[in-house]
Amino acid sequence: MKKLLLLFLLLLNLSFGVVASEEVELQEANIDLSDNESLQRGAQHFVTYCLGCHSAKHMRYLRIAIDIGVDQKKMLKDIAPEGASIYDQLHSAMNKHDAEKWFGVQPPDLSLIARSRGADWLYTYLKSYYLDENRPTGVNNLVFEDTAMPNPLWQLQGEQHTKVRKTIYGDDTDLVLETSGTLSEREFDLFVNDLVNFLVYVGEPVQLERQRIGKYVIVFLLLFLVVAYLLKKEYWRDVD
Amino acid sequence: MKPNRLTECGNWVLDRFPASKFWNDHMAQYYAPKNFNFWYFFGSLALLVLVNQILTGILLTMNYKPDAKLAFDSVEYIMRDVPWGWLVRYMHSTGASAFFIVIYLHMFRALLYGSFKHPRELIWIFGMLLFVALMAEAFMGYLLPWGQMSFWGAQVIISLFSAIPVIGDDLSLWIRGDYVIADATLNRFFAFHVIAVPLVLVMLVFMHLVALHEVGSNNPDGIEIKESKDPWGHPVDGIPFHPYYTVKDFVGVGVFLLFFATVIFYMPEVGGYFLEHANFIPADPMKTPEHIAPVWYFTPFYSILRAIPDKFAGVIGMGGSIVVLFLMPWLDRCKVKSIRYRGGIFKKALFLFVISFFALGYLGTQPVTPLATTMARLFTTIYFGFFLLMPIYTRWEKTKPVPKSLTKTHSLEEQFHALEEQLPALIDEITDIKPVNSEIGHPAFKSTFFNRRPNPQGIAHVISRFFKKLVESLD
Repeated sequence: MKKLLLLFLLLLNLSFGVVASEEVELQEANIDLSDNESLQRGAQHFVTYCLGCHSAKHMRYLRIAIDIGVDQKKMLKDIAPEGASIYDQLHSAMNKHDAEKWFGVQPPDLSLIARSRGADWLYTYLKSYYLDENRPTGVNNLVFEDTAMPNPLWQLQGEQHTKVRKTIYGDDTDLVLETSGTLSEREFDLFVNDLVNFLVYVGEPVQLERQRIGKYVIVFLLLFLVVAYLLKKEYWRDVD
Repeated sequence: MKPNRLTECGNWVLDRFPASKFWNDHMAQYYAPKNFNFWYFFGSLALLVLVNQILTGILLTMNYKPDAKLAFDSVEYIMRDVPWGWLVRYMHSTGASAFFIVIYLHMFRALLYGSFKHPRELIWIFGMLLFVALMAEAFMGYLLPWGQMSFWGAQVIISLFSAIPVIGDDLSLWIRGDYVIADATLNRFFAFHVIAVPLVLVMLVFMHLVALHEVGSNNPDGIEIKESKDPWGHPVDGIPFHPYYTVKDFVGVGVFLLFFATVIFYMPEVGGYFLEHANFIPADPMKTPEHIAPVWYFTPFYSILRAIPDKFAGVIGMGGSIVVLFLMPWLDRCKVKSIRYRGGIFKKALFLFVISFFALGYLGTQPVTPLATTMARLFTTIYFGFFLLMPIYTRWEKTKPVPKSLTKTHSLEEQFHALEEQLPALIDEITDIKPVNSEIGHPAFKSTFFNRRPNPQGIAHVISRFFKKLVESLD
């Protein structure tokens, strides 16, 4: 019996090992949805650098303004593109026909991108562009190979190229800056982090509210449990 | 005392409608064995989850749009713009997984205590029909959000029907209403999910309960309490369901809701198991996801499907894995019901079955690799072995004597108290007390503080004792 058990555990363990796939190691994004300033910067970056091609059509400017603590007038003046109404959703100006002509695909809506890809993936993806002459856009990406998206942040980050490094585990690809951008490396990391933080918020705007309400529900249920338990004990006194 | 208006009114109704008789038959004078344990909470919890699904489902249909162009967006509209829509949606999505957790535990209870055996065969059959209806309900409901996994999961499962010889292709076309999963499929799945299958479910629940209350509940000892009755004709070992088990089930409800609320408010996706990440991408018929995995509750059966090399044989295998469950009352030849008095061979077989069920479930969530396939085949063999060899090995069972009346069940408090008494000794065993080293090495500065440090030998000893007990309990 014991040997059989051991054998099972061993076999299970083996199947775990095989299944683990080889992918680029993701860098960790620092997500803090209570950091309104970061979210405000992220919203600004999103409108400036992403909204040209990508929509976030499930989000409204008004909801963002309320959730991240920005005055509605300020929202329209500083963050939303000119001509947008506070009740508008974050629609992109690019039409589908042009998008398919230019990029081959329509850029996906980003409302839920943080929920399908995960924050760390987005953070690493936006930082992992490198020069590649074989691509029509001139750039490729380590995390998402042959991505159709050109690097929207290249002026900020600068241009990177790959450098292969030999290790005892095999070849490792590093990214090295070729020309420097307008932001330092640290500034750029923070820039991307703010953007990803905003995308995580957009993925599920109710997150903080949900966690806040959750505490009261749990406390109520604990009280309910105590009352239910005492009631049960009282009723069962004559059975046991 | 002269009856007042209200009583008169009540009597008028009761003369024409047997409400109080119904209440007495099924609650206040339905006698249940008094030794129900932990495993007996899941029946009432399943009812609670069913009610939750129906209520939240009704609310969801008020804003959901069963249309391939609008479905995905309408779910996000519910999540963002409908007041409390997110809560209702999470209650429904978490409820679906909770339903299967509760039902799997409920079915396992039946395996443990032989609740499917004579005279309760029909209760088990109704229960199995409920399980199949529930799987249909969950499968069709999963298409409605119209995400990538909804679409491709349905595509994979419905294409299974095309493996049936001769009629297969026409059959799958008939089910889909189109050559691929499309708007027509979404609309009919909506109709089935929202009204057809729920009606079947509610009717089957009713029949399940009527059949149960006709023959009476089984219990952890597997004895028929109706065999010894007091002078008033009530079972000696029975207590009225209401109020005793209604108040007890409230405790179960409290504990269940604590877990339920924790998931809803703090981890609604449960790491991609309750809500799959790829389902946050709208369905795209032109783009197949790299890895198509069903939701966790279907993965054991999906694993069996993938483990069998031929497609049609795989479909038969997957169907067979559910059909064998229907046959339980006739596969098990042992007269003793409860696992407490059954032979070691059944305990070991059940133990292996549980392991293989979990392993198949895990493998079903993973991409196919040669080793994973081999493992899935091994566990599929064990899964079927448990059922198909049952008529043979249950005949040899060396059972223990079954007591005449119910044995005392140790309540959770008593078990806690026993644990409390053992705990200090256990902590002493797995830890060592060592004096804290003083920074100054002089004897005069010897520390008077002591630290507890884990003792590897003691821990190994405790673990080996645990396994020894586990093995003993399987004899």
